Amino acid sequence: MYSIVRKEMLTPAICLMDVAAPRIAAAAQPGQFLIVRVREEGERIPLTICDYDRSQGTVTIVTQIVGASSRMICALEAGKSFPDVVGPLGCPSDFVELPDAELKGRRYLFVAGGLGTAPVYPQAKYLHARGARVEIVVGAKTADQLILRSEMEQVCDRLYVCTDDGSAGFHGLVTEQVKQLLAEGRQYGQAVAIGPMIMMKFVALTLKGSGIPLVVSLNTLMVDGTGMCGGCRITVGGKVRFACVEGPEFDGYAVDFDEALRRQTLYRAQELEADHKCKIGRGR
Amino acid sequence: MAQLNRVPVREQDPKVRARNFEEVCYGYDEAEAVLEASRCLNCRNPRCVQQCPVGIRIPLFIAQVKAGKFAEAARTVARDSSLPAVCGRVCPQETQCEGSCVLGVKGEAVAIGKLERFVADWSRAHGGVPVEKAPSNGIKVAVVGSGPSGLACASDLAKLGYAVTVFEVLHKAGGVLQYGIPEFRLPKERVVEPEIDSVRALGVTIETNVVVGRTVTIDELFDREGFKAVFIGSGAGLPRFMGIPGESLNGVFSANEFLTRSNLMRAFDPSSDTPIFVGRRVAVVGGGNVAMDAARTALRLGSEVTVVYRRTEKELPARAEEVHHAIEEGIDFRMLTNPVAVLGDGNGWVRALRCIRMELGEPDASGRRSPVPIAGSEFELPVDEVIMALGTSPNPLIAKTTEGLETERHGCIVADESGATSRPGVFAGGDAVTGAATVILAMGAGRRAAKAIDAYLRG
Repeated sequence: MYSIVRKEMLTPAICLMDVAAPRIAAAAQPGQFLIVRVREEGERIPLTICDYDRSQGTVTIVTQIVGASSRMICALEAGKSFPDVVGPLGCPSDFVELPDAELKGRRYLFVAGGLGTAPVYPQAKYLHARGARVEIVVGAKTADQLILRSEMEQVCDRLYVCTDDGSAGFHGLVTEQVKQLLAEGRQYGQAVAIGPMIMMKFVALTLKGSGIPLVVSLNTLMVDGTGMCGGCRITVGGKVRFACVEGPEFDGYAVDFDEALRRQTLYRAQELEADHKCKIGRGR
Repeated sequence: MAQLNRVPVREQDPKVRARNFEEVCYGYDEAEAVLEASRCLNCRNPRCVQQCPVGIRIPLFIAQVKAGKFAEAARTVARDSSLPAVCGRVCPQETQCEGSCVLGVKGEAVAIGKLERFVADWSRAHGGVPVEKAPSNGIKVAVVGSGPSGLACASDLAKLGYAVTVFEVLHKAGGVLQYGIPEFRLPKERVVEPEIDSVRALGVTIETNVVVGRTVTIDELFDREGFKAVFIGSGAGLPRFMGIPGESLNGVFSANEFLTRSNLMRAFDPSSDTPIFVGRRVAVVGGGNVAMDAARTALRLGSEVTVVYRRTEKELPARAEEVHHAIEEGIDFRMLTNPVAVLGDGNGWVRALRCIRMELGEPDASGRRSPVPIAGSEFELPVDEVIMALGTSPNPLIAKTTEGLETERHGCIVADESGATSRPGVFAGGDAVTGAATVILAMGAGRRAAKAIDAYLRG
């Protein structure tokens, strides 16, 4: 059992938890994810690792209520536990392989949308600690859906907040903010976009032609997360790849986002049903 | 004079079982088992034993069944097999023990598999086989993977006194016994879990949710956790696809995904949170046990199912009993048929499988006549779900994260007959070495590796 050491509701629909998982905390790197099960009958739910504390043996996860399973996660209180947490899964971000000297002064632009803020945090933290110049564009629908704002401020040089309704920061989409930064002539050696698939698609379109390499992190459907099911397969540069073991990070310009968006809808009908607690004719 | 025909085994009615996930075969009762056992000629040179990958003393346990000494029979089987209730159900007996039975020349071979199953089930219902093991020597050995090879290796090492920890990546122990083989062929709560518990009863620790290669590496197991030897039985879990157009359409699945959702995640049970896609008409591509399992699972979920196979019924690699059961249950087989493309409905969902008819040409390297497409014979099979059961390859993760561990072209770990790899102290066996094979071959490899690990640690 993996007990919940701390729980905090970041918004009414998003919760943050520190979970005791010493083996995962010891091995986790930026870019990786884990899988939890919330109960014995529970499905395997992939979640990004938002932070890890090797000395405390805890990992931090952030969950947004989008369906029945995530609703169950957010209903758990500190002191309760997950029957299963497995990880770290996936490949660490490429920059983990680079010597610190090379990271120093390198200019990074992160674009984080909604819950994508959570996986951006450990990457920015890692890079900022090694002297990279980190700028983060973070977007949400409204001001009260922004998460981890003060934490993000601690791990970057510039934080650009955007909201769809203008209730905080820049009034508009993250892509418009990115366009503005490029128009101002700001230079970046690497861009990283993590958020809803549709956001990553449009960040890629926005940055195309800028000459800035772009990494995206794909939150595909999956069962085991270890390469066994192939449910996470996506097309990158015309080749079929498994996001769970070959990713989750890929070249943002090479990903077939339209296919990835379509594949995400595979179980939508069942998910809606499950969230309405109606199991009649389930799967039939 | 021995009876030419075996004692028939009771099974669920095909029409009924096509709609449920209960076990198909009920197995023998005591009287039936004794009667079937009495057919055994107790050959002086028992060929069945030579054909058994774990070398079960078959004539001896059958003689004990014949004498009504079921507990003794269970002990005989347990000396060589850690998973008899599993093997009695899923071994390809017709090509192994039963395939070499003298009675099979003129009539039917002794139903060795059904007798093994009877003995194991009887024993479990009567308190199991008492544990016999050497005193603990405290030497730590790690086993990667809790499938058939890992469990066989772990139990043999535990019996020799080693302190064995098995690391399993999934949340339940059993490997392919959990995620791959369906409930109707291998019940989980009634058969798999008790067999795994009996391995635990030997003192083996099973730690789930550990991804060796990510959570912890082989080197860390040696250097930080004090293991003196490691056995890798990580199986062959990576699904293959055909590489034909349309395979990324919604509604195309690997058999691994489909079966994992149904078996490990129990998506067939309405109380499970895991969804499963149930098409109206399903094409399953392939002819092995996994294809039969996927087809019969889809049927039970309510789909109309066609198996598409590029050779003929004679070449089907699946166990004869599974093919027979599938046909009885109403699965449609299209032999000498090969998919060339999956066709979409314009919205990204499967509409049909375009296939081409095949004919058998010259024998290939495996001795089987290879199928050749017949020009101009393409046709469309209207389906809304396609399940690819084309075989699996070993997961490259451990090889990639273990320096000096040699693999061959297909990603299989290179190991000799004893399981020794290119790294001293690291042994491997089962599908991770051979590519996808059977439960019993993996168990045989696990047993040989246990012997080799013992020899290695004794120096």
